[in-house]
This record gives sequence, C-alpha cells and structure tokens, in this order.
Amino acid sequence: MINDLTRRNFLARAGAGLSAVWLSNHWSALVAAAEHAHQAAKSTAPVKFQFFSPEEAIEIDAMTARIIPSDDAAGAREAGVVYFIDRALTTFSIDHQKTYREGLPELQARVHELFPTVGKFSSATPEQQDQILHSLDSHAGGGRGIYRAGANASSFFETVRVHTIVGFLIDPDSGRAGNRDGVGWKVIGRDRDHMFQPPFGFYDKDYAGWQPNPPDTEKPRA
Amino acid sequence: MRVDTPKYKTSDEVDFVIVGSGAAGGIMAKELSTNGFRVVVLEQGPYLTEADFVHDEVKVLGEDLLTNKPKLQPTSFRKTPNEKAKPQHALVYGRLVGGTSVHFTANFWRFHEVDFVERSKIGPVPGADLRDWPITYADLEPYYTKVEWEIGVSGLAGASPFDPPRSKPYPMPPLPVKGCGVVFERAARKLGWHPFPAPMAILSQPRAGRGACVNCGFCLAFGCEVGAKSSSLAAAIPVAEKTGRCEIRPNSYVHRIEMDNNGRVTGAVYFDEKRNTHLQKAQAVIVCANGAETPRLLLLSANKQFPNGLANSSGIVGKYLMLNSGGITTAVFEHPLNDYKGFAVSRILHDFYELDPQKVGFYGGGGLDARFDMTPLSLALENWPEVWRNPGASGQQGGLPPASPRWGKAFKDTLAHNFSRTMEIFAHGTSLPVETNSFSLDPDLKDAWGLPALCLTYKDHPDDLKLWAWQNQRAHELLDAAGAQKKWSHPITESEFAVHLLGTCRMGNDSKTSVINSDHRTHDIKNLFLCDGSSLVTSGRGQPTMTIEALAFRAADRITALAKRGEIT
Repeated sequence: MINDLTRRNFLARAGAGLSAVWLSNHWSALVAAAEHAHQAAKSTAPVKFQFFSPEEAIEIDAMTARIIPSDDAAGAREAGVVYFIDRALTTFSIDHQKTYREGLPELQARVHELFPTVGKFSSATPEQQDQILHSLDSHAGGGRGIYRAGANASSFFETVRVHTIVGFLIDPDSGRAGNRDGVGWKVIGRDRDHMFQPPFGFYDKDYAGWQPNPPDTEKPRA
Repeated sequence: MRVDTPKYKTSDEVDFVIVGSGAAGGIMAKELSTNGFRVVVLEQGPYLTEADFVHDEVKVLGEDLLTNKPKLQPTSFRKTPNEKAKPQHALVYGRLVGGTSVHFTANFWRFHEVDFVERSKIGPVPGADLRDWPITYADLEPYYTKVEWEIGVSGLAGASPFDPPRSKPYPMPPLPVKGCGVVFERAARKLGWHPFPAPMAILSQPRAGRGACVNCGFCLAFGCEVGAKSSSLAAAIPVAEKTGRCEIRPNSYVHRIEMDNNGRVTGAVYFDEKRNTHLQKAQAVIVCANGAETPRLLLLSANKQFPNGLANSSGIVGKYLMLNSGGITTAVFEHPLNDYKGFAVSRILHDFYELDPQKVGFYGGGGLDARFDMTPLSLALENWPEVWRNPGASGQQGGLPPASPRWGKAFKDTLAHNFSRTMEIFAHGTSLPVETNSFSLDPDLKDAWGLPALCLTYKDHPDDLKLWAWQNQRAHELLDAAGAQKKWSHPITESEFAVHLLGTCRMGNDSKTSVINSDHRTHDIKNLFLCDGSSLVTSGRGQPTMTIEALAFRAADRITALAKRGEIT
C-alpha cells in the first residue's frame, strides 16, 4: 500500500497526542521531521517482481513466513518481506543475487531429500517446512547432525533469515518496500511517529521529578 | 540554511588548513575564523545536511552512510606487534562534515581533576606508561564551560557530588528522564549510590536557531534530523561559515603534509572526489583527523628529514592508543519501558570514578549509565550491521537474551515481548596507555586510493579487563535492586574493534615521550599542530568527546595568541 502521508496530515497526526506548549517549543524541529515523512511518502511499494520469477517468489515468501510466521499478529508475509528482498536483490543488495540463485535449487533438493512426496517447499506443511529450514540452519543444535547443511545452503538460509528480519523491521518510511504499513513495528510495540513526548512508558509515568541526592557527611568514595 | 562561503584557490596561502571537520576540527574552524583568520577545512567525507539524516537502518548502518567505508578503506588487526595482521574491519568513525560528532551518543561529562594528575596520585602502573597531563583541570575548566554554552549541553550542575568545580551552570535543563533512567535512579539510591541527570550534548530547549530534541528514537549512530544533537555540523560549522572566512571543502582526502627545506610545513595534499591531487597551501596546518587518521597522516607524510613519519622524532606517533573499556549488561523488565523513544542516556552515576587500587586490586575507574541505544534491527539481529554485508558473520550479540531462538514463532514472540521492555547498563571505564597498542600503516594492505591501510594493534592491559568485570558486577547489583526479570552481560573479551580513538599523538612537556606540547604544537615542527582524540594523555572514564572539544577551544586560543605574536610564521 502506498504510504499516503503528507506534510500536513503528518503534522496533524504528530500533534494529536502532544501538548500545545510542547508543540510550540518544538515547532521548528517538528516541521523538519515532517519534511522527512513527506519525502518518504513519495516512494511507492513495488507491484511487480524484478528479480524472482513468480514461482521463485512463492518459495521465498513461504520461507519468510516460517522465519517470522503470521499468527494473531502480522508476520513476514503481511510485511511484504518478499517484495523487500526482491527489491534488495536488484538494487541495494545485488551482491547476494548469487546466494539466491544457488540457494533455491539447494532448497528444492533438500525438500526432495527429506520429504520425497512433497513437490515444493511452499506445498509442505508448516511442520515440514520448519524441519527443512532447521536442516539448512547451521546454527540449529541437537539431533540434526544428519542434515548437516552444505556451505551454500547454510549461507542461503542465513541470508534469507537476515533479509527477512531486516525486511520486517526496517523503517517503513525508508522507501525500501519492507515493513509494509509498519506492521513489523506494530508487532514489537514501536510507534511509527517521528517524535514522542514523555512519559514514554510504565516506569516514568509516575516519576515525581528530580530530587537531589541526600547530602553525605563527606564526599563518598568507592 | 547554508550561507555563501569563500572559495579559496589552492595556490592562495591561507592562514590555516584544518584536516578534518569533526568534534575538534569543527570547533577549531569556528574559533579561528571568528578570530579573523582565513581557514580551509579539508574533510574526506561528504557534506550532508539534516535532510539526509533518515531512519533507514540499511542506508545509515548497512551502507555506512555516515562512517568510514570498509570496502574502500580496509583495515587490519593483530594483538601484538610480532604478529602478521589480518584484514579485519577494525574501527568506525564519522566520515562526513561534522565527523563522529554527527552520530555519537552525546554523553558529555567533563573529565575530573584526577584524570590529569593520576600518575602523581597513584604512581606507576606495571605494563603501562601512565603520565600526568601538562595541563590541569583548572586550565581546561573555562573551555568545558565554552563547550556547554557555545555548542550546547543539557544538564544539571551540582547534581553529582563527584563533579569537579565549575564556573557556570549548564545553559539548559537536563533532557527528560526515560524509563531506564527512572529504574536506574531508584535502584542506585537503594544501594546508597548517587545517580544524576546525564549531561548530554543534545538540546533540551530550542537554542541558537536549532530545534530541541523531539525524542525520535534514532539517535546513537544516526544523524539528527532536527539539528538538536550538538554536532560540529549543527553547532560549530555554521558559525565558521558565517564569518565569510572559512571554506569547508568536503570529499577532500588529505594523504600528505608537505614540508619545505626550512623544516616548515607548507600545506596539505589531498585527493578530490575525482581523485585528482591538489596541494592547499597554508601558513600552518592543524590536523584534527581523529586518533586513527591523524597518526596515519603523519606516518604517510614521512620525508627525508622525518623518515619515520612527520613530527615523529620521538617514535611514538600512533602509539599508546587507548580505547576505553566498556561493559554492556542488558535487562528485561516486567512492563514496557518504551525506551526506544528519545535519546540514549538520561541517568548516570560516578560513584566508581576513582577506585582505590589498594582496595580493588587494579588501576582504574568509571561510570555507569542507563540507556537504550538499540534499534529494531540491532536488537533483533546479532552483529548488526555486519550481517547485512555478510550474513552469518559472527560477532557481537544483539539485544535478545543469549541462546534466544533466531527465527520462527518463538523468535517473534521474544522480540515482541522484549523490544519495549529492554534496557542496558553501560559501564564506561579507563584504558591504560600501553606502548604496543597502536595504529600503524599496514605493510601490505592498501585502500582504494592505493595508500597503506590502518593496522590496529591492541591487547587490553589486564587492569582494564579487571575493571570491566568489576563494573559489570555493579551493573548486576543495580539491576537486582531494580527488579529486572532477566539480565545478562555481554562476554568480556579482548578488544578487536576501535570506537574511541585516544592517545596516539599525546601531549606532554618532554619531546621524547610526547608528540605535541600543551599548545598542541608538534615538538618537531613549528607550524604543525594536532588536536583531537590523539592529544589525550590518559583515557578519562570513557566519554572523551567533551574533553576533545574543550581541548579544541583551548588550542584555538593558544594558536590565535601564537599567531598574533608572530610566533608561528
């Protein structure tokens, strides 16, 4: 979805939870921040894959959906992570194209090896998918030695894992097609605004203000 | 708004060429141009502005928007001088107009009186060459005050019983307290310690045409989009440019200082953006390129008269590097702190600034602060942003508890629970000056311009590691008193990566054991001055930038006086 923030409604939204005094003290800074949001809003999410074929995109999307699964809360799929990866591989992370080119057949081979009757990773059950990914994860410990990952497969899984997490948590206003609608930040409890006013959380909401340290008879020393 | 600034010809012999526009260089440019001198600042990085300072973690960190570029500027590392160094990403510094001050945390404590006279006070420390400074806290006090008022520091005078004397209060009240600051303050008081509002180089109120902090939450490692962080870019360089006498020349990579037959430097040789070479002539050169690049430039400028490096008759240029010890203890609380909002640090304590070596069994001291300086990605991923370039790279752990799941539902649940409930206790401490700890030129590795790369040689003095462990124990006591649900310290390992770059061209009265005198003039060359982290004689307690800036204000005064008396040319 296109982020439709404009400078004006950014300011309106920014102002909603903030006091007038705070706003007037911070007005110049606020306008500067609004410019940022406005710049970010000019970029749009991709609609078409540039690097992956539609079939490959389905496999990568299925992988990302096990790395950060959807449940009551959004996962990698809702954040549009596969679009982020597609854009990364054609623009700001082209060094990793080879990893995906070599990794996708490795994934397919591993699917056949572990579950001969399952055609593709995307058609396996979630449990089977997790088992396949565990076998590719060189960091996975305990009892999976027989599925030791090959060098390519390991770096492929690691690359997809890192790309998925980055695509899920990147600033949604970065114009990189990740963290669509800020759903990743919603999951971790990070508000999307560019500015905040205290109190920020549970522990500072009843803070009574600074009280001087009690006077010591002599300057303390450890 | 940038003003029209002069464009000097390289053949114009300006009064001063300043190499580097960071914490020291920016202030030097401001002061000298204000005092009437014609100044050219040569900065290797680009001239970015607030509009460039986005929250995009891939751009800023993964692609090194603000910092040195490992691909173009490779580095190497070894523990001792007998080893062959291995190529390894070994340091980070700001590489743009404003330098590291653009992306720093902005902790701005003053050094205390003891920092300048420790050798006299505690005597020699085996395995180190601890020395007194040639200046005292009293000499520097007026300049600390200048930093606070002219660059912009928020804080509360008198709040810490350990603070050194000061001539004026802070110009602005402290920044608001964060959740981590509240739990830190309450727990520290339970233990009988003395927490206080952190002095920060971030505006708590609008000042000098700059906005106050809006608590955006992307602070450490990011540039400030509203100019509230008191970087040289926001606070010093605009003043220098307004004088009409200072030209900031970005994308200018100085790689040699030229010298004439009379033993005087004549200017700085640099590559422009297109890698054409120029010599900017000047009556004097002031190198403010940071504690790694300043010694490197001197070593690169070796000539017949100085075969071991310019101004290096002592042989100690690049040596006695100090990085500051630093331990991180992370904790998870029951309720949301939401510490991602705001700057990093709001409360600190200095109860352990001056430890008694007889009592604790090692030299050193430090400070603890409560902070949250993580981003969504640095919390979720280990070794961010290195894993962006090289997925699977091992290294520093992220912000989740050790052995946390790395993907899948359990990973997502941990992340969702912890992000808003996590804080850190950061323990800042001393490093001892050890001769073999250094920056030098790698004999084989070259940068993208064909110049010898920086080699970091470092092995922490055992006392530095003991202090680190000792302070981590205090952090655990504090977090227990605070009722943290979970806590863990990052493992104590020998340093292999440099952030604070201190002591490599240190100040002193003896030309055999120091590189510059107390006027920041090199002992060897009358019109060559050095001022930055390399000037420090001891490491302080872990927050050096305030002192680097105070030194720059003071050095500018000294250099102005020398120039006006005709004692430079």
